[in-house]
Amino acid sequence: MTEYGFDTLSIHAGAAPDPTTGARITPIYQTASYVFDDVNHAAALFNLQEFGNIYSRITNPTNAVLEGRIAALEGGTAALGVGSGHAAQFVVFHTLMQPGDEFVAANKLYGGSMNQFAHAFAKMDWHVRWAEANDPDSFRKALTPKCKAIFIESLANPGGIVTDIEAIAKIANDAGIPLIVDNTMATPYLCRPLAHGAHIVVHSATKFLGGHGNSIAGLIVDGGSFDWGSGKYPTMSEPSPSYHGMRMYETFGNIGFAIACRVLGLRDLGPALAPMNAFLVLTGIETLPLRMQRHCDNALKVAQHLKAHPKVTWVSYAGLPDDPYFRLAKKYLPKGAGGVFTFGVKGGYDAGVKIVSEVKLFSHLANIGDTRSLIIHPSSTTHRQLEEAQAITAGAGPDVVRLSIGLEDVNDIIADLNQALAAV
Amino acid sequence: MTNAQYSDDYIARILKQTRTIAVVGASPERNRPSYSVMQFLQKRGFRIIPVNPRAVGGLILGEKVYDSLAGIPFPIDMVDIFRTSDAAGQVTDEAIAIGAKCVWMQLGVRNEAAAERAGAAGLDVVMDRCSKIEHGRLSGHIGWMGVDTGIINNSRRRRV
Repeated sequence: MTEYGFDTLSIHAGAAPDPTTGARITPIYQTASYVFDDVNHAAALFNLQEFGNIYSRITNPTNAVLEGRIAALEGGTAALGVGSGHAAQFVVFHTLMQPGDEFVAANKLYGGSMNQFAHAFAKMDWHVRWAEANDPDSFRKALTPKCKAIFIESLANPGGIVTDIEAIAKIANDAGIPLIVDNTMATPYLCRPLAHGAHIVVHSATKFLGGHGNSIAGLIVDGGSFDWGSGKYPTMSEPSPSYHGMRMYETFGNIGFAIACRVLGLRDLGPALAPMNAFLVLTGIETLPLRMQRHCDNALKVAQHLKAHPKVTWVSYAGLPDDPYFRLAKKYLPKGAGGVFTFGVKGGYDAGVKIVSEVKLFSHLANIGDTRSLIIHPSSTTHRQLEEAQAITAGAGPDVVRLSIGLEDVNDIIADLNQALAAV
Repeated sequence: MTNAQYSDDYIARILKQTRTIAVVGASPERNRPSYSVMQFLQKRGFRIIPVNPRAVGGLILGEKVYDSLAGIPFPIDMVDIFRTSDAAGQVTDEAIAIGAKCVWMQLGVRNEAAAERAGAAGLDVVMDRCSKIEHGRLSGHIGWMGVDTGIINNSRRRRV
């Protein structure tokens, strides 16, 4: 069998000409339901004895192409598309956790994830224990016998922190629990966490995968490498009452986690992905390698420029040789350190607010990974719900400005920042 | 679903050459994996022959249950094993004895020594794979469940 390259997989994996019409582009299957051949066919589908579509909350042929594609790009066995990155995390933890369980997460994450873990998950009686993102040993120290998983971001948002995936994967393996990596900021073009020992990858596909800021979508990738038979994960290993006693891991083996997320998590919790959004993300992924490289190249030039700017106190971009994460970036992100980074502006909170008010090309909004350059002042927006100390820990102190560098002419991007900084 | 150990061509050839499958460890319980695999393969046109000493005297999916491979009075192409890895050794020897062309051990079932004996006797061997999942993968149907089939296809044709 031919081993196709990443660029080829970005365009072709998961897709094939439509078997009925011959349509070359994946059709948008804008349908809620699918007819059964007869009652026996219906029964076999509901019992998971037959592959096929019942209802678009659970499977949809457009979404399935996206799922097959991200599984191939990440090097996983199977994947699941859901309504958002947050939904992906919710469904993953719903599959792993029982009430009273705990998990360890890096303390440098997207602020929305920190809220979800600390507050929304606590209502499910799932409890997060924070570890220092740049100190793998702190993950080992934070573990308890009740911990069912470790969660990190490969490239942390917003601080430009590169996490030592292999060191933390070893700690997870020693503890017999899976390592979940949010690979949103890096995308599989820059980093494939499963190849570094992670077991599950999640994405907000809204960001660089879709790449055009037009759709909310989330993805879960099953690495297929974790042994779910230990008894710690009843959803995986014990009989499922809603499937007449079927055991997910026994029945589905190395695609069992993705299937359990789909037929138990997504079926029962309901955060389905709209097929239109799956189509837009699929179209985005076709150009992921080209876009991601340009995001990185532009970001490096902008970071270098800001580093030398008199009104900038610091720049946190792992692509800069004197950055503390440069060494890890060379190992985990050899093609570039991503398109998002932060910098500190002289004058603190008020100066940060001034910059986002003065930019003319950059869009002031809460998103990353768009063709357009984006800017935000986290402490007045995305991270404002956090306590100040927690915000500083997360890399979102009052002087911090976050940029998501787009695909415009890099000279125009730099000129816009220059004129905004001149107004501070 | 990466197929590092067996090429797609190898699996596709086995499935195309196979018409009759003896399923050892076949359960009459609808919710056991062996039952749904038999149901799936039967629907795809394979003749499935259940083998289970504890279910002799009954029918599974309309087929008579045999107590052993040796008791089946007609040729068998593939022996599909839903037993422990240890038990798969003896089943493999019986499969060789009845002249089966392929020994297929299901997910979680591995017996290297038995695989060597079968290989030496000229049988195709597949271990630690689900025959239903592999058929679904190569036919494209399992793609509906978000599986990486490892296949790039530029036409409407299917592999199996």
